[in-house]
Order: sequence, then C-alpha cells, then structure tokens
Amino acid sequence: MNKLAEKYADDIQKILAKYPPEEKRSAVMMLLYMAQREGGYVSNHDINDIAEIVEITPTEVATLIGFYTLYHDKPAGKIRIQVCNDLPCALRGADKFLEELCDALKIQPGETTPDGLVTIEPVMCLAACDKAPMFQAQSGEGLTYHENMSVESTLELIETWKEENND
Amino acid sequence: MTEYVLLRHRDIPEINQLDVYKKNGGFEAFKKVVTAMKPEEVTDVVKASGLRGRGGAGFPTGVKWSFMDNKNWPHYVVANADESEPGTFKDREIMESNPFQFLEGVAISSYAVGANTAYVYCRGEFWQVAHYLDEKIAEMEAAGLLGDNLFGSDYSLRIYTHLGAGAYICGEETALLESLEGKRGQPRLRPPFPPSFGLYGKPTVVNNVETLTNVPLIITKGADWYKSMGTEDTAGVKIFSLSGCVNKPGNYELPFGTTFRELIYEHGGGIANGNKIKAIMAAGASSAMIVATDEALDTPMDYASVRTLKADLGSASVIVIDDSFSIDWVLNKTIHFFKHESCGKCTPCREGNYWMSHIIERIHHGEGSSFDVELLTKVAYQIQNKCLCALGEFSLQAVVSGVERFPQDFEAKVNL
Ligand SMILES: Cc1cc2nc3c(=O)[nH]c(=O)nc-3n(C[C@H](O)[C@H](O)[C@H](O)COP(=O)(O)O)c2cc1C
Ligand code: SF4
Ligand code: FES
Repeated sequence: MNKLAEKYADDIQKILAKYPPEEKRSAVMMLLYMAQREGGYVSNHDINDIAEIVEITPTEVATLIGFYTLYHDKPAGKIRIQVCNDLPCALRGADKFLEELCDALKIQPGETTPDGLVTIEPVMCLAACDKAPMFQAQSGEGLTYHENMSVESTLELIETWKEENND
Repeated sequence: MTEYVLLRHRDIPEINQLDVYKKNGGFEAFKKVVTAMKPEEVTDVVKASGLRGRGGAGFPTGVKWSFMDNKNWPHYVVANADESEPGTFKDREIMESNPFQFLEGVAISSYAVGANTAYVYCRGEFWQVAHYLDEKIAEMEAAGLLGDNLFGSDYSLRIYTHLGAGAYICGEETALLESLEGKRGQPRLRPPFPPSFGLYGKPTVVNNVETLTNVPLIITKGADWYKSMGTEDTAGVKIFSLSGCVNKPGNYELPFGTTFRELIYEHGGGIANGNKIKAIMAAGASSAMIVATDEALDTPMDYASVRTLKADLGSASVIVIDDSFSIDWVLNKTIHFFKHESCGKCTPCREGNYWMSHIIERIHHGEGSSFDVELLTKVAYQIQNKCLCALGEFSLQAVVSGVERFPQDFEAKVNL
C-alpha cells in the first residue's frame, strides 16, 4: 500500500503536472519534502512509496537524501534552527551567536533540546548575509527565515513555539 | 538620483502588486514582443544592449540565446534562482520585492528562444520565495499573461517553480539541470552545452534571475539606453551585494564602473567599529583576496578592471574584511565551505578540499609550521585545471591569493 500516494493524492497530482508526463522523476524533489511533513525525516517506507510514484528505484531516491542537506534520514528536533555561520555572517558575529545560543539552551551544535523541540545546526550561506545573525527554521511545514536575530529574540521565539506545541 | 532599473520597488511602492506593476508599464514589453516582434528580433535587441550574464561568468546573454538548436524541440528556459554564493543576496530581493519584472523577463526570454515552458529553479531554502512566486504566477495566469494564445497570438507559455534542497553546486547550470530532472546535482561533462543539450536533453537557456530582470526595460527603452549606462567593457547596471565589516551592508544597484571606494564608503557607510579595511573579496567566497590599497579601492568595478587586480568580479558579492580578522581565519571559512559543497565527482576537488581543510585547521589553531603553509598552496595548485566544473577552481582562489598577499598573517601563526 502506498501511504504517501493515498494521503496526498491531490498534492501529488499538482506536482506531477509541472513536468512532462514522461519526466515524472523531476517530482521526486518535492515528494521528499512531502514525506518529511510529518516526522521531519524520510523513512524507508517513504523511500519505497516515492520510488513507486516517480518510477525509479528506491536506491536512486535514497542517494538524494544523502546528497541534499535539507533532506534528513533521521529524526531530530521538531524544528531545526539552522544558523548561518558562513564567512559574511561570521564577520558580523554569527559564530558568537551560535555559541551563545547553544550555551543558553545547554546543548552543543548538532544536538537537540531534551524536550525534543529544537535542534541547532550550523549551515552555509542562506543569501541573507546583510542581516546576520540569522537562521532558518525547518520543520515539517517548510522553512522560514529569521533575520537580525539576537540570543534573546531567538529564545523568545522558541518560547512561542513551545506554547504552540503544547496547544 | 537616477531611477532604479532592477530594484524598482525602492522607487515605486507596491510594485509587487500586479495592478501597480501594470500601471507602471508592466507587461507592455512582453505584449510588444509577442504581438509585434519576431523571436530573432528580440534576441538581437538583447545582443545590442551588451547585457552580460549576472550569475558570475558574464557571458553575453543575447549571444547565448542565439545558440539554441532549432532542429531539436521543445525548448526550455530555466531561471537560475539558486543564489548560494556566500555574500550574494540580490536575486532574493528581486524575487521578493519586484517579482513581476523578473517573471516578465522569464516570459520575454522564453518567447525569444521559442520555449513554451519555463522553470524557476529556487534553492530549497527559498521555500517562502518559491511559494510567493507561485502566487504571482497564478495571478498572471488569471490575468491572461500566461497560458495559451497569449495576446491573441498562437504563442503559449507556462512558468513553474522548482525547489532544490540545499546544495551550492546546483547553481552550476548543468548540475542545476540534473537536479531539476530529479537527480543528484552533479555537473555534466561539457560540451554539449545546455543550448544544444539541456533539460531532458532538449535545448535550454539557463539565465540568472538578475540577468532576466534587466530584459523588460531593455525591450521598452531600447539597447542604446541600456548601453549608455556602465562602461565600455560592461554595459548597464549591477546589484552589488555588500557584506562583512561595513556599517550599512545591503544591496546597491549601481552602474558598472563604480569604484570599490564609492560602494564601501559612500553607500556602505564605511568600515564598522572604527577598524581599518584590510581585504576585499569581490565575488563572494570564490574570489581571490584583494589587498585593500588605495589603488584597489579606486578601481572601477567592471569585469576587465577587476581583473587588473588579479581577481574577478563574478556575481559582484563584495565581502569586506577589516584588520581585526586574520586571513588564516578567513581561509578556514572558505575552505570549509568548499569542502562541504564539493559534489565529490572529481578527485582533485573532493580530496584537495579535504586536505586543505586539515592543513588550514592546523595553521589556524597555531599548530602548523611554515611547511604547512607551503603545503597548503601546493595542494591548492594540485586542484587547478583538473576539475570538471568551476567549483574546483573557485575553491583555490582565496587560498593561493591569501597566502601570497597576506604572508604576515601566516608568519604570525606558524611555529617555524
Ligand atoms: C559552483 C558554481 C555555482 C554557481 N552558482 C550560481 C548561482 O547560484 N546562481 C547563478 O545564477 N549562477 C550560478 N553559477 C553560474 C551558472 O553556472 C551559469 O553560468 C549562470 O546561471 C548563467 O546565467 P547568466 O548567463 O545569466 O549569468 C554557478 C557556477 C558554478 C560553477
Ligand atoms: S569540480 Fe568539484 S564540484 Fe565540480 S564536478 Fe568536480 S567534484 Fe564536483
Ligand atoms: S553568509 Fe550567512 S546568509 Fe550569507
């Protein structure tokens, strides 16, 4: 049974419609995001479902997860805070921001808070270099940018996520 | 103050709304080409304007369009919205604030090369941007600006967004096409080039977002108007993304030929925290390091002039480094970037960056010797000219120039 195909039938049709009928494979990129909507990562089951929908092998789907940094094959925090500490941001204090944020949350970069809500990771340039410190928040619902941040404003944001999560 | 050509939202509030864009001449150019011009005529105007690609390589845009293989159909246009070069954030501002001008540019280029389908390849991080463009595309469809029989002609066009998923290499045009086909983004062997063998093996034009956003006004105001801006070497205007140790980082749309000094001191408000300027990287992390002498600061920013400084202008992402930073730290950052982003297809790039990262870590942490500094440059030269795509070449630019032009920073770090 193809769970993904059943659950998101309409969405999948819309994605497939963007590409020529004989080039279904192009849809794989969006389908991987779709698979991540619920658990935040792509499971083996999802890989098989996606492979069936776009008519390629599960191995071909799996190699994409390793290649692209926004696909994940393991669960992590519900929200991934991906702090840019690439050169231009680092010239404006991004390394210090990352370190202090991790200290405040009592975790190391790459780790998840004990409540399972956020994972902090350093990432490469996000095309927001004039607004450092900045990060993107990746969750099952997609990605949002947060620019000109401070440790305080980030902790406040995390608090609001906590409340939303408890609702 | 002259009017903006690309960042027109700074002159015209709400130009991101279709009615406002139309009131300001929006889609007149697209209508004109579809109803009154042959595709070749459109290409000729763009050729005559001197427009060169803004994605980094500076290739003449009209010339690229004229390379499309007319014996093989269908044709595609792909807008490169991967924008991942550290220090570059101009395409994002265009798409977020002046989206219709960009989309009109996509439409005109599609007509010029006979494409009925165009894709906008956005880096995965531009999730919100891509959804925003989807809304704008839907508005265009509803207004009869996309779809079948446009303006009563037999020309039809559809534009779709496509999201990548986090890989700098997908900005390289053939890697981008692989990714658009649902594969790992690894560059293809060239030739053949995309205008003869592109998306799904069909003739394809790949152009940068900023390049395409120039096109509507070139059609409306003419090639001579466009050529009257900029320098003889490089016509027109450019968005310079200014970042790093300046008071006012941001995007500045200026004519080609503006000096580094004017960009950094007049527009960028000078160096932050009372520090002194030390180095400039003009093309993001892929740049050679320019020593910020008076002579360098007075150099006009066009492709040919920047080359006299043994550097490239590339996508004009100007990163300013002040004297509170040591160049070995900078190189640690750039090497880390390229090591992470190498697609792994060729050995010199994959292994070279891996080894350079070990060596620079040693040097940076005060555990290296002068032998390590030599070794670093040697490894960099091992990468040179041996790679399938330009990423390999990019990765050594800062390394060899940094070691050569800032020797004191390395002497201070190593144990002899
Ligand atoms: C490693 C690498 C990364 C690149 N990244 C981008 C990019 O993010 N955006 C872009 O427009 N061009 C990028 N390019 C250049 C493209 O390959 C291509 O030249 C460009 O999209 C052509 O469009 P243009 O002629 O309008 O500049 C990159 C090239 C290389 C080698
Ligand atoms: S030079 Fe580097 S990025 Fe380019 S194809 Fe080779 S390994 Fe991949
Ligand atoms: S370096 Fe951080 S967004 Fe560009």
